[in-house]
Amino acid sequence: MIALVVGAAIAVAAVLLVALPFLRARVPDWEQTTTADEERRLVLIEERDQALAALKELEFDHRTGKIGDEDYRALVGPLRRAAAEALRALDRPQDSPPPAANPPV
Amino acid sequence: MADLGRAALVVSFLLALYALVSGVAGARTRNARVSDSARNALVTCFGSTLVAAIVLAAALIRHDFTFEYVAAHTSRDLSPVYSLTAFWGGQQGSLLLWLLILTGYAALAVLVNRRLLRDLVVWVVPVVGGIATFFAFMLTFVSSPFDTQTRVLDGAGLVPSLQNPYMVAHPPMLYLGYVGLTIPFAFAAAALLSGRTDERWIVATRRWTLIAWTFLGFGQLLGAHWAYVEVGWGGYYAWDPVENAALMPWLAATAFLHSVMIQERKGMLKVWNMVLVALAFELSVFGTFLTRSGVVNSIHSFAKSSIGGWFLGFVVVTVVFSVTLILWRLPLLRARTKLESPLSREATFLYNNLLLVALCLTILWGVLFPVLTQLYEGQTRTIGRPYYDFFLRAFGLPLLLLMGIGPLIAWRRATARSLVRTLRWPIAASVVAGAALIGAGAGSSLPGLVAYTFCVFVVTTIVVELVRGTRATGSLFELVARNRRRYGGYVVHAAVVLLAIGITGSSAYQTDVERQLRPGQSATVDGYTLTYRGTRQDVSADASGRKLTSEALFTYTGRASGTLTSSLVQSSLLGPSHEVGIRTNWLRAEDLYVIFEQRGTGNGVYFQILVKPLVNLIWIAGYVFLFGSVVALWPDAREQRRLVARLALARA
Repeated sequence: MIALVVGAAIAVAAVLLVALPFLRARVPDWEQTTTADEERRLVLIEERDQALAALKELEFDHRTGKIGDEDYRALVGPLRRAAAEALRALDRPQDSPPPAANPPV
Repeated sequence: MADLGRAALVVSFLLALYALVSGVAGARTRNARVSDSARNALVTCFGSTLVAAIVLAAALIRHDFTFEYVAAHTSRDLSPVYSLTAFWGGQQGSLLLWLLILTGYAALAVLVNRRLLRDLVVWVVPVVGGIATFFAFMLTFVSSPFDTQTRVLDGAGLVPSLQNPYMVAHPPMLYLGYVGLTIPFAFAAAALLSGRTDERWIVATRRWTLIAWTFLGFGQLLGAHWAYVEVGWGGYYAWDPVENAALMPWLAATAFLHSVMIQERKGMLKVWNMVLVALAFELSVFGTFLTRSGVVNSIHSFAKSSIGGWFLGFVVVTVVFSVTLILWRLPLLRARTKLESPLSREATFLYNNLLLVALCLTILWGVLFPVLTQLYEGQTRTIGRPYYDFFLRAFGLPLLLLMGIGPLIAWRRATARSLVRTLRWPIAASVVAGAALIGAGAGSSLPGLVAYTFCVFVVTTIVVELVRGTRATGSLFELVARNRRRYGGYVVHAAVVLLAIGITGSSAYQTDVERQLRPGQSATVDGYTLTYRGTRQDVSADASGRKLTSEALFTYTGRASGTLTSSLVQSSLLGPSHEVGIRTNWLRAEDLYVIFEQRGTGNGVYFQILVKPLVNLIWIAGYVFLFGSVVALWPDAREQRRLVARLALARA
């Protein structure tokens, strides 16, 4: 008998919890999901962050001696250009075309 | 109470099915009410499964033999702790544990990530719901722990080898690992289903993989220690198919945890990472199939059953689902950059990945070979230890070397000259160590010598990296705080070095002899003189049958002195088993290990006597591994803030 009562209580509680979103007055919206345009901007922001992180990593590797002066000078230029391009891409309106040629990375 | 357990499982099944169906419907139609309802169903599914688990646990502790499962796996003389251990000692209980952990992880994952990762969570719910539906279906309709019978006076008892403290923790740890790999898989699948392949899925997947990987790794070491002290064959890892089933997903997850760093930094290896996440999950389900199906002969044969077909079908369905999903979304997974140089940190990570996956697939072939030969030739041909040992050396030694090179090589591009300059101290240390080891006689095993030398190389690179980093930042604390994941990873590398030293010492340099001894006779083994004093016999009877226990007493002198006992237990129902005698000599970092093999002629007894150097480093490695994993896992508020800021900026 106890098992039956507890089992029924579990079933009722489950149904209530599952039905809860339909019982609320406020319609939950999708404001917390990203639109396609926001997703595109997210990817550009990530590219910017990756380029800046790569620069920081290079600086740290240089300071800790993993990279010599010569290699550092050869690598830092392309990384800075990549970071600058990522920043420009982020500022560019969605409809404007990308530049004719990307600088080498 | 069995009715309550059954009812709770039926509710779990219906909720999981609802989470699957309404989750897909809600995500496809972007109906937030339906998606939220599906999410609530999945969270509630954990609640109802917990009720079922409590019912079974209570029945086990109360020795309620009206439950068939309780009668089959416990007995009145079993202590409450081991009675509870029987929860995962049998098939139905293990399946219930799978579902409990799965729904628990799922509830945690969807509640923690419901805001920042909402795009993904709406798809995570139906993916996990689908997997939970399978397990709830199995428990409700195929293999229920709540089948009842007429009460019997006593149960059959728990297999004696499972009545060990390690067995209290080892199986749940493995299950936390196996099942935990479902969550990263669900996030990866959700990223593909939703088309949201920005970094958020990577962060979620990486965190959950790290959690599952830690449990799986630590659980395996607990299992190895159990085998060492309980199974009584002198080793700790036998390349048993079920042991391999836990190792394979761990190797795949290890590869992912390395290659995901390349994706985070360079946007490369996106397809490869998806494949690794799916592979780790598939191998974890395959592992459960192996453990539960009985298709392979294993020391875990206590777990044999007839549910293998269902699991095989499930593996096939999930493989088809994963492959289709990845192929469908290939255009979203294109890399933005290319590997710049074969001499770079990215490249060493790639080599590391290839070696890990090669080792994983080699082991998989070894596991499948007997099944395939039985299928196609009608007779089982097994692959033995030499096969696995060969590939462990062939892939493991280069992996060890790469573990040393990786941290010190620069990202993007390094020259041979700069690499030699960076590695000069580790190279010098390993050359000196190699020469010293040859002088000390370690040249008797070339793989052993190479392994030890590489271990010195890796340890030196970690020290060099810490010293240089501390110099650059001014403080070790700040250095670690800047990048806990990296330095936690180095602690894990140190654990792998300890493991490698322990495995090498206890296998390549162990002494193993077999002697027939009569009372009063002695044997000298590697500096220990053991004298057999005689055997005491004891007859007893319990739920596992009539038992004849022969306990041999030894005194030993030499490198250390003392007494030890080793027993042979002959059970009328379970056959012979061994209680080994182990004495640890901490000063020499070695174990003296004695196995009572069998009775010989007259009053003689055959003993196997082993001296295992450095074996205890393996167990210590487990705790170092755990510590490093916790450091790497520690929540990083900056990462969370970065993700929130990115999202806010994208919406601005």
